Amino acid sequence: MGVMPAATTANATPALRPLTGLDRPGARRVREALIGGLLRVCAFSAVAGLLLIVVFVMREALPVLFDAETRKEASLAAFFATAMWQPVGDIPKYGILPLLVGTLKVVLVAMGFAVPVGVAAAVFASEFAPARIREALKPMVELLAGIPSVVLGFFALIVLASWVQSMTGAVSRLNALNAGFALGLGIIPTIFSVCEDALRAVPRSYREASLALGASRWATAWNVTLPAAGAGVSAAILLGLARAVGETMIVLMASGNAAIVSGTPLDSVRTLSASIAAELAEVVVGSPHYSTLFFLGALLFSTTFLINVAAGLFVDRLRRRLAGA
Amino acid sequence: MHRTRQILAATLLTAALAIPAHAGRGLTVKGSDTMVILGQRWAEQYMNAHPGTVIQVTGGGSGTGIAALINGTTEICMSSRPMKADEKRKLRDRYQTMGIEIPVAKDGLSIYLHASNPVKELSFAQLRDIYTGAIGNWKQLGGPDAQIVLYGRENSSGTYVYFKDVVLLGRDYSPRCQTLPGTAAVVNAVSKDPNGIGYGGAAYGKGIKECAVKKDNGSPAVMPGAATVKDGSYPVTRDLYLYTRVKPAGQAKQFIDWVLSNEGQALATQVGYFPVR
Repeated sequence: MGVMPAATTANATPALRPLTGLDRPGARRVREALIGGLLRVCAFSAVAGLLLIVVFVMREALPVLFDAETRKEASLAAFFATAMWQPVGDIPKYGILPLLVGTLKVVLVAMGFAVPVGVAAAVFASEFAPARIREALKPMVELLAGIPSVVLGFFALIVLASWVQSMTGAVSRLNALNAGFALGLGIIPTIFSVCEDALRAVPRSYREASLALGASRWATAWNVTLPAAGAGVSAAILLGLARAVGETMIVLMASGNAAIVSGTPLDSVRTLSASIAAELAEVVVGSPHYSTLFFLGALLFSTTFLINVAAGLFVDRLRRRLAGA
Repeated sequence: MHRTRQILAATLLTAALAIPAHAGRGLTVKGSDTMVILGQRWAEQYMNAHPGTVIQVTGGGSGTGIAALINGTTEICMSSRPMKADEKRKLRDRYQTMGIEIPVAKDGLSIYLHASNPVKELSFAQLRDIYTGAIGNWKQLGGPDAQIVLYGRENSSGTYVYFKDVVLLGRDYSPRCQTLPGTAAVVNAVSKDPNGIGYGGAAYGKGIKECAVKKDNGSPAVMPGAATVKDGSYPVTRDLYLYTRVKPAGQAKQFIDWVLSNEGQALATQVGYFPVR
């Protein structure tokens, strides 16, 4: 697109300099077509790459459903026949229940921590904060999103775990609560950022109408702005959820990775994503263990995909609603 | 400027001379992932000392290596366990040999406890009970009344498999065992946890101590160390082997002789194992 202004000037003042080869209308059309084609190839190859990854993950997971040899050790029935996850040994045990429970626990803790903090921070930034503070707050929280998850994981492993243990008296230093807090720190920026954008998109006239009717700023934020941006806030929460379910490094480092089925967040947990990360490197290609890990990957992918689609629908609804207002 | 060019030319010439004029037929070494780094270091050093020899070292696991030996796709196999009876039978059926087993290094696993833990020694059976979850409190072992916190390695690690085979005798780890990536992470975790226990290669970290191990109740408790691992009195040790189909000759014999020489054994110590001689 950078060539456009030059070409326009050339057309507007044809007498000032002769058309060079590159500026002739025919050449320009060819060039535009080339650039357009190139962009199209880039766009399609990105989509094609993603599709191929999906196909690959699904294909590697299929033996769990259809291959007789694999199904002797790892099948849907085997996944729930035991509550033990010990895939390496003379008698491998592929019980995925502890992994599901572990993922659920960490995600619940993370959401329980990140949703109130993230949404409250967004409400404060868009409704209450003076402009100066708001302008500082938003980039600062968004910078938090730039912290690599391995750094958050390291912080949780070394520092946060000791605090959590001294506060709760948990037997195990690394546990679901610790991993959940660290994961929460990781998803707050996502929730804050999307939520704040949604609140900001609510037209000024809504707030002005409410204030004119005598409502306080707090009542306006709670009863008018938040509900008006409801779909966007839901989208923010869902996007945070999708990241929490799929996030790997933080939980790998901070959760202790013991595959325990229990109700307390003070036990160590092993999540789906951490199991894949920890085990896939050394697994024999094509073995039941390999197929099982890919099956877990497919499960994770489908979950986050559905959550993201739902979030997209919410964003659409918000846009239509505000546009129609 | 001129001088720089001279040096450059000299370097290029040396490099060109260093490339062997004719690379001999390569020697392949395949097997245990535990040994793959050791094998590669051996091969590098040996190739440096014997230009013209090409040795290719790949992992895949002991079982994979032995299968490759049986199928004839590797000349030397690395294994962190002795060959099983049915593997020996396959080898005999195909080649009418029993295979040649050469112990080339020893591997010893230390048991780490927090420095403040009053427990000084554990028997093999106690270790097994601790890691399978049968014993859950330090009180049962003469320590304080506190729950034992288990630390171990990921199941992708050779150390995990070794500990499971040798100490747990193939039984499952307690699900409460927390798995960490790498010996350093285990040492760090135990050093922060007064009730922790972990295992891994020899390590000297602040806040942890190594624990003496008894083979059974009647035998003396032994601390891990170069001497006790070498003479086999420390019980959590294993031999690491090279296998060949027939009595090694030519290139293979030269390489194996070198591995067993002082130079080769010193390299094993450097990588973190113990020499066999």
